[in-house]
Amino acid sequence: MVEWSDKERGIINSLFSTLDYEDIGSKTLSRCLIVYPWTQRYFANFGPLYSAEAITTNPNIAAHGVKILHGLDRAVKNMDNIKTAYTELSVLHSDKLKVDPDNFTLLSDCLTIVIAAKMGSAFTPETQATFQKFLAVVVSALGKQYH
Amino acid sequence: MTTLTARDKATVKEFWSKIGDYAEDIGRDALSRMIVVYPQTKTYFSHWSDLSPGSAPIKKHGMTVMNGVADAVTKIDDLTAGLLNLSELHAFTLRIDPANFKIAAHNILVVMAMMFPVDFTPEVHVAMDKFLAAVARALAEKYR
Repeated sequence: MVEWSDKERGIINSLFSTLDYEDIGSKTLSRCLIVYPWTQRYFANFGPLYSAEAITTNPNIAAHGVKILHGLDRAVKNMDNIKTAYTELSVLHSDKLKVDPDNFTLLSDCLTIVIAAKMGSAFTPETQATFQKFLAVVVSALGKQYH
Repeated sequence: MTTLTARDKATVKEFWSKIGDYAEDIGRDALSRMIVVYPQTKTYFSHWSDLSPGSAPIKKHGMTVMNGVADAVTKIDDLTAGLLNLSELHAFTLRIDPANFKIAAHNILVVMAMMFPVDFTPEVHVAMDKFLAAVARALAEKYR
């Protein structure tokens, strides 16, 4: 089981309670598709992705980015048992969506950078460490049911 | 992974012209962050008196690293040849595991996003990510 200090729990809860899901979610997914273009393979039916501008203004991508970000809420509510909480989602990503789990890290790197840009100096080294630890646990949980 | 396109190089040079003056701040913050977020990187700095964020040794070394990056920008058309000496230094003297180049690059990108949220667009992000990866490859050239 992953150990969380009170300080770490505070950082995660505070970050997510003030999160602008619409803004951060849409920016994160579009950034991921631009910075790591091979991730576009999972979004062939989402409409135009032929340029950075097309991706950034694509409403389907924006909406899906928000959906993905809300997928993290489950981890925030179940910090002491993220692995179990993500069992179904892991099966979904493996069996139905067939997403290579390496992509989870790419998306979480983009999320870190988008949040850093939003928070500026408030994104302290300690906040970054806690946030990246949190994302790493979620990424691991999402990959657990792959077979 | 891939070579830098003409557009990548132009994007990197343009972005660097905006941020180059802040290299010291970027280096100090990126290195401070790396040591906190990736504690295993501390193993390379056991000879420093003070590893707290923003300390004097970190500030100095952050500048050293960013001077290397600035130099790489000027040699962007042939990084392997241009960074030969630095590669030999890292391979034979410093012997830093190349996995750490990726970690350092990530933290440099995070600090760039924080300090330049408007300029660090997705297009600039991908060009800088590719550039830092190319620098890492050039640095690892002499390892074996």
